[in-house]
Amino acid sequence: MSISILRSGVLDTIQDLGRYGYGNQGINIGGPMDTYAMKVANMLVSNAANKAVLEIHFPGPQILFEQNALISLTGADFTPTINGEIVPLWKPLVVRGKSLLMFSHRQSGARCYLAVHGGFCVPQWLNSASTNLKARAGGLEGRKLEKGDEVPLGETNLYYPVLLKEKSVSVLPWSNDRTTVYQYPHEIGFIPGHEWHLLDEEAQQRLLQNNFIIHPSSDRMGYHLRGPEIKPIENFQLISSAVSFGTIQLLPNHQLIILMADHQTTGGYPRIGHVISAHLPKLAQLSASDCLNLKPVDMETAEQLLLVQEKELQIIGNGCTDRMKNAICLA
Amino acid sequence: MEQTSPYEIFPIGDSALTFDLGNRICSELNQKVIAMQEWFSQHAFEGLKDVILGYSSLTIIYDPFIVHKKNKITKTVFAFVREKLESAFENKIESVSKNGEQVELPVCYDGEFGCDLPFIAETNQLSIEEIIELHLSRIYRVYMMGFLPGFAYMGKIDERIQVARKQKPVDVVAGSVGIAGGQTGIYPLDSPGGWQIIGRTPIKLFDPNTERPVKLKAGQHVRFKRIDVTEFEHLQLV
Repeated sequence: MSISILRSGVLDTIQDLGRYGYGNQGINIGGPMDTYAMKVANMLVSNAANKAVLEIHFPGPQILFEQNALISLTGADFTPTINGEIVPLWKPLVVRGKSLLMFSHRQSGARCYLAVHGGFCVPQWLNSASTNLKARAGGLEGRKLEKGDEVPLGETNLYYPVLLKEKSVSVLPWSNDRTTVYQYPHEIGFIPGHEWHLLDEEAQQRLLQNNFIIHPSSDRMGYHLRGPEIKPIENFQLISSAVSFGTIQLLPNHQLIILMADHQTTGGYPRIGHVISAHLPKLAQLSASDCLNLKPVDMETAEQLLLVQEKELQIIGNGCTDRMKNAICLA
Repeated sequence: MEQTSPYEIFPIGDSALTFDLGNRICSELNQKVIAMQEWFSQHAFEGLKDVILGYSSLTIIYDPFIVHKKNKITKTVFAFVREKLESAFENKIESVSKNGEQVELPVCYDGEFGCDLPFIAETNQLSIEEIIELHLSRIYRVYMMGFLPGFAYMGKIDERIQVARKQKPVDVVAGSVGIAGGQTGIYPLDSPGGWQIIGRTPIKLFDPNTERPVKLKAGQHVRFKRIDVTEFEHLQLV
């Protein structure tokens, strides 16, 4: 059981939920940019939430499924096609062996997740399958997928012919509501950070009332924002300490950067704020030239939004499990 | 009036919070946060995902959903985890007297390996030999690991050789020994970096294909030993 990469995309990496417990060695968590889409992708194919998926950027790869497979695509819409036929996102798809998955053009979003029932089987590095590009470890040989790669898939006992009904791809007819997660895509909530007070009233207002544009140099490590100059009130010297996924730092050039999934573990720039976890999925789906504005949120609200999102995920997960049980014959 | 607390606890988002003993590079404060880190490794709570050490701080990364599910949360998850940190501070085993293990690292300061030595010599009005001797004169404490896998922040270096970091990061070769302010460190990987480069070690401080990918850890002490290019090349082959 495997997939073959017939043509490589710009940046396609194997990711599970990340590598935890090694931060004190300078090894970051990594994992998917949009954990929500990644988890739903796994749920749709009856995988555990932490199974390794493929995170795809645009232009995407061309992927050949060597055998029958149960797959799902979530997150960004890069107009996926299987054997030339457009297939929907956010639904389980059964594909016949020797089928070709391609992505024709970018409609919306920045990262698409491909999950396959059984998961991608790569050796674990420090208890995780996530690709750490900087360390050149994890995932497939610590790198992005290239033309000619064959990625093995996990064992499965699904019986596909029943689902395929002689077609090359069959869409299982259920979906889930994800409107709340991605609504108001440009409004990004943040908790003011420890150095928020380094901005005077005027600088704070400038930050809150202006749009910021995501610079093309942005990547999995961080989003460089372009907007009005944000100047701190005084000279300060910070020693290095931990930062997190979503930390908004003020750089010496008076511009902001938002640290993303591949951020380094520690940093010494002022932490102006931290994007709330519930808004990281929609932030992860913004790309270069998109604009965003920052809205302050208190801790209680941030936690509530996240707890609601996680509960919804559980409901989706349970729903997927039930419907899958009804739809398939487990050998 | 309440007594001023010796520490500050603040959120770094809704899934992480930092316990800070003061924005200072100080071995006693560092030893205290290392002790807290050790306490957490024995008293992990469900939902704790990672513990990250800073010079004088400790950061807990947690999953608010799991913490909420597994515990009776009356206010916020943040308040619950903050209490955990407070009790870690109260209960940590004082290990201030415990001296960290000492590690010797060979460094070649010659030629291109110490490419920024001429600049530091000019800026600080010292000869290149004096800079090297001052760098070799101390045993350095590993305060924290961060920035890159296996990058050790060490200190403090002699004031006479302290120098500001570069305005813009440049490409730095793996093994390069740098200095910035009171700190010295070694780049474990090829990476952009802003520290002034004074030498290079042939020892691999990060190797993902070994059982212990990262060689140094916070609390250890590092003594540099000067080697020449021939020894460097020999050790690189080992």
